[in-house]
Amino acid sequence: MNRALLPLLAFIILVVFLGIGLTKDPRKLPSTFIGKTAPTFNLPQLHDLKKTFSPEDMLGKVWLLNVWASWCVSCRAEHPVLNNMVSKNKVNLIGLNYKDEVADARGWLARYGDPYQLSISDLEGLVGIDWGVYGVPETFIIDKKGVVRLKHTGPVTNKDINEKVMPMIKMLEQE
Amino acid sequence: MKKLIVVVSLLLAMPMLQAAVEVKPFQNPEYEQRYKKLINEFRCVVCQNQNIADSNAALAKDLRKQVFKMINAGKSDEEIMTFMVTRYGDFVLYRPQFNSMTFLLWVGPFIIFIIGLYFLINFIRQRNKVVVTELSQQEKEKIKKLLDEKEQKQ
Repeated sequence: MNRALLPLLAFIILVVFLGIGLTKDPRKLPSTFIGKTAPTFNLPQLHDLKKTFSPEDMLGKVWLLNVWASWCVSCRAEHPVLNNMVSKNKVNLIGLNYKDEVADARGWLARYGDPYQLSISDLEGLVGIDWGVYGVPETFIIDKKGVVRLKHTGPVTNKDINEKVMPMIKMLEQE
Repeated sequence: MKKLIVVVSLLLAMPMLQAAVEVKPFQNPEYEQRYKKLINEFRCVVCQNQNIADSNAALAKDLRKQVFKMINAGKSDEEIMTFMVTRYGDFVLYRPQFNSMTFLLWVGPFIIFIIGLYFLINFIRQRNKVVVTELSQQEKEKIKKLLDEKEQKQ
């Protein structure tokens, strides 16, 4: 091979790798929880603060945990998608109201609709830390054994629901 | 005069531009030292080019609180690191731990350096090599003939 072509070849390889780098979103971190048991907690329910909820209550069911807040702008963009999803499919959707005021959160759901079976109130954001939440909204899929199987950071779109979320739920229901 | 007023007011506003100073009651000075060291080691996952000491993000604030709580509870640096890594992954550490995943990250530059050194040495050696080739018998005779011819002409 011609030696003069070597630098060109090295350059092309570099460009290919940089090109791959450009298509990736550095803000998306891989979740360290995939394949691990979901962190446990026991928090008051948003609509009835005397009642509590813990992930153990959902054992035996495939369920989604969606982290949301009334102050979160992308959550508003995501909200119609979630409303649409629960109206068309049978999904156990639990909301984690992250670092919010109870009154604001209730008002927000009253205004934009409530797709959640129930929401839990994480005023301090401590459960958020346990679940490694860093950008609201985030969505987790948890299987029947209580293991986290998928994490989506940022608002889910209809495309995500159809191509990622629903197929995953259907697969986990079979397990 | 106008300029002076602007400069003075900007100077007065400076403390407000810094991250809020948080007063935290430590049980002993050693804890405070460790706290300061640790919050400089963790990356803020929201604003990824800052550590949690510098960041004003709500999450960074919560994580500082968490580190403080764990130190005062007598947790070791190791335990606090593990706490953060299990939640946010190796990415949260500004100095990632040495393991099979981060192996190339740590060793890569040295490998590239050694490869470069190898090529450099090879290059220098080749350049210094003086090419000495013996003349064959035929060539010697040819030279002799040419020289003889020249002498005859003179």
